[in-house]
Amino acid sequence: MTAAVTLERVSCVYGSGAAAVRAVDDVSLEIGAGEFFTLLGPSGSGKTTCLRMIGGFVLPTAGRIRIGGDDVTRRPPYARPVNTVFQDYALFPHMDVRDNVAYALRVRGVARAERERRADELLALVQLAGAGARRPAQLSGGQRQRVALARALIGQPQLLLLDEPLGALDLKLREQMQSELKALQRRLGITFLFITHDQHEALSMSDRIGVFADGRLEQVGTPAAVYESPATRFVAHFVGAANVLDGDAARALTGHDCAMLRPERVALGPAAGARAGGVVAEVQYFGAYTRVRVDAAGTALQLDVPATAGEPLPARGDTVHLHWDARAVHALATGGARRSEPDVPAPARSAEGVA
Amino acid sequence: MSTALALPAPPPTVRRRVSDLLYTRRGVLLVALLAPPLLWFGVIYLGSLFALLANAFFGLDDFSGVVVREFTLKNFVELAEPANVDIVVRSVAMASAVTLACVVLGWPLAYTMARHARGAQKALLYVAVMLPLWSSYLVRLYAWKLLLAKEGAISWAAQQAHLTWALDALLAIPRLGGPSLSLSTLGTFVVFVYLWLPFMVLPMQAAIERIPASTIEASADLGAAPGQTLWRVILPLALPGIAAGSIFTFSLTLGDYIVPQVIGDSTLYIGQVVYKQQGVAGNIPFAAAFSLVPIVVVGIYLWIARRLGAFDAL
Amino acid sequence: MRSEATVGVSPWTRTAAWGVVAFLHVPLALIVLYAFSAEDKSYQFPPPALTTQWFAVAWQRDDVWAAIRLSLEVAAWSTAIALVLGTLAAAALARSSFFGRDAISLLLVLPLALPGIVSGIALRSAYNTLAIPFSFWTIVIGHATFCVVVVFNNAVARLRRLNPNLVEASMDLGADAFQTLRWVVLPQLGSALLAGALLAFALSFDEVIVTTFTAGQQTTLPIWMLQELIRPRQRPVTNVVAVVIIALTFLPIVLAYTLTRADEPGAR
Repeated sequence: MTAAVTLERVSCVYGSGAAAVRAVDDVSLEIGAGEFFTLLGPSGSGKTTCLRMIGGFVLPTAGRIRIGGDDVTRRPPYARPVNTVFQDYALFPHMDVRDNVAYALRVRGVARAERERRADELLALVQLAGAGARRPAQLSGGQRQRVALARALIGQPQLLLLDEPLGALDLKLREQMQSELKALQRRLGITFLFITHDQHEALSMSDRIGVFADGRLEQVGTPAAVYESPATRFVAHFVGAANVLDGDAARALTGHDCAMLRPERVALGPAAGARAGGVVAEVQYFGAYTRVRVDAAGTALQLDVPATAGEPLPARGDTVHLHWDARAVHALATGGARRSEPDVPAPARSAEGVA
Repeated sequence: MSTALALPAPPPTVRRRVSDLLYTRRGVLLVALLAPPLLWFGVIYLGSLFALLANAFFGLDDFSGVVVREFTLKNFVELAEPANVDIVVRSVAMASAVTLACVVLGWPLAYTMARHARGAQKALLYVAVMLPLWSSYLVRLYAWKLLLAKEGAISWAAQQAHLTWALDALLAIPRLGGPSLSLSTLGTFVVFVYLWLPFMVLPMQAAIERIPASTIEASADLGAAPGQTLWRVILPLALPGIAAGSIFTFSLTLGDYIVPQVIGDSTLYIGQVVYKQQGVAGNIPFAAAFSLVPIVVVGIYLWIARRLGAFDAL
Repeated sequence: MRSEATVGVSPWTRTAAWGVVAFLHVPLALIVLYAFSAEDKSYQFPPPALTTQWFAVAWQRDDVWAAIRLSLEVAAWSTAIALVLGTLAAAALARSSFFGRDAISLLLVLPLALPGIVSGIALRSAYNTLAIPFSFWTIVIGHATFCVVVVFNNAVARLRRLNPNLVEASMDLGADAFQTLRWVVLPQLGSALLAGALLAFALSFDEVIVTTFTAGQQTTLPIWMLQELIRPRQRPVTNVVAVVIIALTFLPIVLAYTLTRADEPGAR
């Protein structure tokens, strides 16, 4: 089956020489038809530039882009079978909702009666039936988002690009829209390319995730693969909280030169059979779980104690013993930390020394 | 809803091809957009301007009245004669005085508009300033001819207030006074101030408005009296706006030849000399040389104003 | 409660402000008064009697009508040309940064920044050198040149506030450059262009200095007015014409103002 989107060694470089900014650096990617694919990464990581190149708003400086097998690298946006939902929705303020939604058809010369009928169909699909006569300024953020969605879908694109569409919504609304978007995609079967910097969103909605950092693609995989088997230190840190161990501590605790251990896989227990022990440096309450930071084996280890655990929580200064399953440890490739790697809290060198 | 078929791509018409070209090659788009205005301004405006200024270096054959196209500096030598220098000095002095008066008169209005007026009152004040600004220059000049006439409203008001002696005293001042207000330098001065005041008020108002209230509050909080706050905080921050407004008042006064002709004693200003020279005298070369003076003076003024930040406040 | 003296505007300043407003408007009000004055030999104040007869007299004056007609035609054509050139320039300069961009902005404002007499003489000598006889078009060329910057400023201000995503969205949905221009950009730009056109019209209608040099024997309304100023013939008719001019320029100004205000964010 032809991939919906193929990026072949695509780069986007601004400026030249020493001052060149490699917004996207030699990225290759294949997205299957009907997939819900998410580009995940911090701001400035290149995911938005990638999206804009696929949409046609930015021309790549190197590489090829194919959509449905056709080379569209140098085609303007209006010549690509791709539609975009913009971050600020970009609804046309001087047209009412129905005209906004019907725009793609009007541009292709579809007769008024026909295009208004189909616009109303789309509005019903996004649960905004009857809002056709209103203006964008009269709608709430969530409603505008649905209009933007309807407008982008009416042209029956092969690919739908969503540029952080839920960023401006408050938490509850965002969670609601997440499930609605997912259901919509399943129903329509269109390939969705979704951008976010929110890893929870990415994990919960995607079929596959591509993690970006500094213009390069760090890892592509299913949410489970990315979460449980991160390819690099960056991915380990960015997707979920992680204990990333190096050097002597890593070797002492795990036998690898560099390894990752998720906080929820670490538990408190008796001294017998413990893999490590140390002094509690910090206790943070998060409701469903409590994050405890322990200085052990010359490094800082985080563990998440679920609310259901039952035993009383330790306090700062207590000595505790840590247990984990060997299979919970994931070996990582050793390598220099990237510029954009999130800060790792430095291990506290307590006066009591290391247990 | 069927999603398997996408809508067919539109046919490649000429319009599409041109659009593709403009989209992928931004340079072409830029050239297409800029060509007409640049051609117009380059050829018509700059062309005629350079042609005029080139004339400054030519001479006039006194007998035939024909322009002799040979390089000469005698126009500039003539410019340096005391009579002409007098005219330049007088014009610059008038422009400076007018600018100063506009700042002083305009400040309360600009300040009130920026810091006190809200909503409807602010809109009203805004329109109140805009209207004279865009109203006919000649009509406003004419209004003052009526006001300043010997039998006009100002004389009448002075009579009613028993201040005729004050008016006469003013008119008796040498160089500034004259037989009546409309035939005196004072009159010229007042009319200039009236005409250009709106040009000063609007940029000042915009600049004052940009000063965050918290800055003024901080000054008061740190112990400054209102006068000190005005002098040390507000005025310096409003200076770009003042400079921007002064560009208009200064340059408009410097080049004007109609106002002194209608209201004033018979002393000449730069604009009038240029007008006379190119008109009746037919001495385009000298007129061109003389018009270089306001260009240079305004140029220097613009440079100073730019240093004071006026261009950001325009 | 903040003390008004420290942060507010003192009553003296406010009184002075309204005083200046009065200063700006009393002369205009006086003209309106004089248009009804029965006295026709001098500018006597207060007017001995009030009458509306001069309006009828002015109505009969053919030279006034001819001048008004010429001014309106010149203003219309100058505005049209300025609209085209100003919009093109604004489209090029609003969002791009390229070498020479500031120089072009300066070039556009030069006709207004330099004293009118300089522009006027320059154009006249150019016409003379090229042996172009004075005509309707020589006036229009001069007017259009300084009207461009008025349209340009309005268009640039509006274009800078235009969300660039709108153009991208339109192209994304299948509209090429021309369709996008027609359905998305121009509707957004419309009110700014209208405001610019109104101001350009008022500017052209009122202009006298450059016109004097480029009109030859023709008489626009301001030239008529200037002749009356220097050599008054029928004072009352001049007063009436002055009132008419005030009324004619009042409307476009207020309209342009409401248009630009309505555009501003937060005004809705």
